[in-house]
Amino acid sequence: MRFFPLGDNALTIEFGNEISESLNRQVLSLADHFEQNKFPGFIETVPAYASLTVFYEISTVRKNFWEFASAFDAIKTLAENALQNLTEIRETPPRMIEIPVSFDPEFALDLEFVAENSDLTRREVIDIFTGKTYRIFMLGFLPGFAYMGEVDQSIAVPRKSTPRLKVPKGSVGIAGRQTGIYPLESPGGWQIIGKTDVELFTPKAKTPCLLQAGDLIKFYERSDS
Amino acid sequence: MSVRILKSGILTTIQDLGRSGFRRFGVNPTGAMDRTAARLINILLGNEENEAVVEMHFPATEIEFEKDSVFAIGGADFSAKLDGEPVENWRVNFAEKKSVLRFSKKEFGNRAYFAVKGGLRIKQVLGGASTNLAANFSGFDGSTLRKDDRLLFNDKKFRTESRPHKISNSLIPFYRSFPTVRVIVGAEFERLTDSSRETFTEKNFTISKNSDRMGFRLSSDPLQLQKPKEILSSAVSFGTIQILPDGQLIVLMADHPTSGGYPRLGNVISVDLPLLAQLGAKDKVAFHLISIEEAENLALKLEKDLNLLKIAVNFSNAHD
Repeated sequence: MRFFPLGDNALTIEFGNEISESLNRQVLSLADHFEQNKFPGFIETVPAYASLTVFYEISTVRKNFWEFASAFDAIKTLAENALQNLTEIRETPPRMIEIPVSFDPEFALDLEFVAENSDLTRREVIDIFTGKTYRIFMLGFLPGFAYMGEVDQSIAVPRKSTPRLKVPKGSVGIAGRQTGIYPLESPGGWQIIGKTDVELFTPKAKTPCLLQAGDLIKFYERSDS
Repeated sequence: MSVRILKSGILTTIQDLGRSGFRRFGVNPTGAMDRTAARLINILLGNEENEAVVEMHFPATEIEFEKDSVFAIGGADFSAKLDGEPVENWRVNFAEKKSVLRFSKKEFGNRAYFAVKGGLRIKQVLGGASTNLAANFSGFDGSTLRKDDRLLFNDKKFRTESRPHKISNSLIPFYRSFPTVRVIVGAEFERLTDSSRETFTEKNFTISKNSDRMGFRLSSDPLQLQKPKEILSSAVSFGTIQILPDGQLIVLMADHPTSGGYPRLGNVISVDLPLLAQLGAKDKVAFHLISIEEAENLALKLEKDLNLLKIAVNFSNAHD
């Protein structure tokens, strides 16, 4: 476990440096703790694969935790205390979200490449991909972009050596053993194997982001594809 | 009350102090590059400091006032002229209906800010007004300002004959084309080789052409990690300094994504970000390491100074 400052108004707690469900559960539990027990000056938490970052307002923290030499020390102590009593199990069970995907060659820009790379047919790649349930480890890169894993080793594939300048909105991609959906058109290097019409980021809606860390995702093939 | 954009200018956007609370959904905070400039002119005008402002680059926009208005400009100096008359930065100015604000020459800095008394009427999206260009939302419909766009003001009653107050020089960031900015060491700083650690603190870094609101690419002698190591994607912030695989550095700026996977050498402290934000291609920067306690004390000092300015402005307005 490592604690380090991310600038003068944030602290990162690093639980490890590997993609593991257990580490990620600890990250999300600590995030839950801070969200449910907001300290004075708390701004927000940002969970990642194996780390949690807590943003805070320096002046409010210093005013309320004057016995510490720095706001950083105060929040570090809060985190250490919380970690002692932390259980890996979140109070709310994970949500299961099903996402329809079209694997039509028109959208599945790299499905052929993935199939060749894996020595499988397109059909086999689709079946292996839709046969698993994925866990959202974190969101990042773009609003609503979820990093999910783990893709079966048999269809894992490296990123494109030259990223595309425009990956279409809704594209479903694979990078290594991660999978993700582009919520908007954007440059990107993931291998695109399909496309969904599900809206992942609608800023003016009540729930602007459909997905959150800890959710379970099941992809299914759209019947018309 | 409103202003009309006569000319789009380069990358003219609506910004505030950044959007909080949605980073965990990958929603990047965006916001003004030079937060201190945006705060100072808002405070000067008696606005909330987070009121939306117009961020300009050079060649800048042209703005026509459609009603008598009170405004202020801060940050970079682009030689503002109101109907041909010079307009000083950091001062409360009065504009008559139909007058036009133009920016003729880049004197120094790269980002100027325009605010109006009462504030611009910009709808808040996800708790903020700043433009998110990557995801096309907020600000002025998620887009840069273009010719014939009209910016309405908040409906607030105030007298337009404001006093021409000016912000004292001691409050204005000490802008220069080769600043030394202070840095708190980050998670992977200790992984640099001894000589690279020395390079980091002793050498100069040049802002490359390939720099924008998302990040400043720096060019220098390449730095080296003792052992190249894959880092898992983790949160990054405004001012995070990362080392790229080729040994060059990038400093993340206001439009940075919420997470990144390059080693984090450090973070430029918040009070020095305005100095960095005003740099352009070919300008240079040097880094000076300080402790987290020092950085926090500097941030507290800035808050205190801005609060004093707020009190002074409010006192003066109350006694007009």
